Amino acid sequence: MMDVLDILEKNARTPTEEIAKMVGRSVEEVEALIKQLEEEGIIHKYKTMIDWEKAGQEYVYALIEISINLEEGEGYDVVAKRIAEFPEVRSVRLVSGSYDLSVVVRGRTLKDVAYFVEDKIATIHNVQRTVTHFSLKMYKDEGEIVYQRDGGGRLAVSL
Amino acid sequence: MKPISQRLNDIPASGIRRFFDLILNTPDVISLGVGEPDFVTPWHIREAGIKALEDGRTSYTSNWGLIELRELISESVKCDCNVDYDMHGEVLVTSGVSEALDIAMRVLLDPGDEVIVIEPCYVSYKPCIILAYGKPVVVPTESSNEFKPTVEDIKSKITEKTKALILGYPNNPTGAILSKKELEEIADIANEHDLFVVSDEIYSRLTYNGKHTCFSSLDGMRERTILLNGFSKSYAMTGWRIGYACGNRDVIEAMMKIHQYTMLCAPIQSQLAACEALRNGEDACTEMVDEYNRRRRLMVAGLEEAGLECFNPRGAFYTFPSIEASGLNSTEFAERLFNEKKVAVVPGEVFGECGKGFVRCAYAVSVDDIREAMTRIREFMEELD
Repeated sequence: MMDVLDILEKNARTPTEEIAKMVGRSVEEVEALIKQLEEEGIIHKYKTMIDWEKAGQEYVYALIEISINLEEGEGYDVVAKRIAEFPEVRSVRLVSGSYDLSVVVRGRTLKDVAYFVEDKIATIHNVQRTVTHFSLKMYKDEGEIVYQRDGGGRLAVSL
Repeated sequence: MKPISQRLNDIPASGIRRFFDLILNTPDVISLGVGEPDFVTPWHIREAGIKALEDGRTSYTSNWGLIELRELISESVKCDCNVDYDMHGEVLVTSGVSEALDIAMRVLLDPGDEVIVIEPCYVSYKPCIILAYGKPVVVPTESSNEFKPTVEDIKSKITEKTKALILGYPNNPTGAILSKKELEEIADIANEHDLFVVSDEIYSRLTYNGKHTCFSSLDGMRERTILLNGFSKSYAMTGWRIGYACGNRDVIEAMMKIHQYTMLCAPIQSQLAACEALRNGEDACTEMVDEYNRRRRLMVAGLEEAGLECFNPRGAFYTFPSIEASGLNSTEFAERLFNEKKVAVVPGEVFGECGKGFVRCAYAVSVDDIREAMTRIREFMEELD
């Protein structure tokens, strides 16, 4: 199972026949396994990494540190879930350290993002303080290096 | 001008060189002809090398190698192979297994001594024997016997002059491995005929059906064996040129004599990087082996779909399919596949006469490249008819 997950995590579009060959099982077995993994929610979703800049669509990303004032009978969950519902929000994590939630927001422009944080996040009742870090350049995302790397320089033949 | 040493005439310049040069100079080829990992050295190991430079570690080391590296090697061999080697005098750090192989031959051989080589095998074995004034004696193997030598075949080649036997398992180019039992049979021969065994175990970490058996761990073999291993394949460190030899004190001491007057020591940055590999490289190594295993299955299936019968390799990162179905010889096959489909493979006879009729395809390439190469090979085979 881990083998199949590993392969799909690297490339969700790997054909089932190829996965079957790679793990040494039949196509039917692998199909059934993937279906089961999907049903159990172990495979949560298949998505695509897109270089939007190359596609001609620029986005602005910002990492928002959010400090929360907890009130009696209310955990972080309530606030985190409220924030997570916004489509502008790409990720929400509860973190240890000097603030509580680490949130990534995506917008079309700097203004978009700034306005969103000011208007939608900072105004949430329990949000005590926000610090916004605009992203300047992406180097690695979801475990994938996104810059152009030099080739390994291997010779085409060696014995 | 006087001629250079006659001995060099006994080492034929590979006829295949021209073909290889052609491959090297042609862009956009999918090459299955590469004998090294396509992974770069894991970052934490590269960082150890960088740190070595930053810290000004630019000096010679002890001829034996850094004490901390020898200690780690000794521990790792103990842990992986269950053999004890004293880091003081029984472990020598070399510039790759290539150097270790060369000095092992020079230490063991007097002019005319014979060394048994089981083919197909790595291309350096025979030249190293010849350069040490020895005589290679070939034991051929067949795919029908999974490229394993038989006891009878080995015994039939032993003469009074036989001094040593070279084992290279997991094998380059066939991917064959020998089981513990099969190794024990060879150990019996070594005992019976009082032979040294040089065991090149550079691919020891790359096995896909059970764990590798270290030759010197067999009963009575520790004293007879020169165990060669290194970091190139397990940790994707080919360019660092770092390996080691373990053996009994007298042999390693003798190897050290040659090493200290020729190589002096292995590069210190590589030695420090190798320390990091042994300390923290286990996960990266396991991950690479898992990935090779998938590619191995993918390539074997692909070759068979293309109509090429393929022995199922159990170690290293090579497949060695028979190209009999093509009706071509290995060199023709390799040249035409290269010219017509831009896929490079290595003709089997490069690795010994009995490799004729086979080609070596390395699966140390990306899944995408394997997929594309297999499609092209299938097309090539279909278009041959």
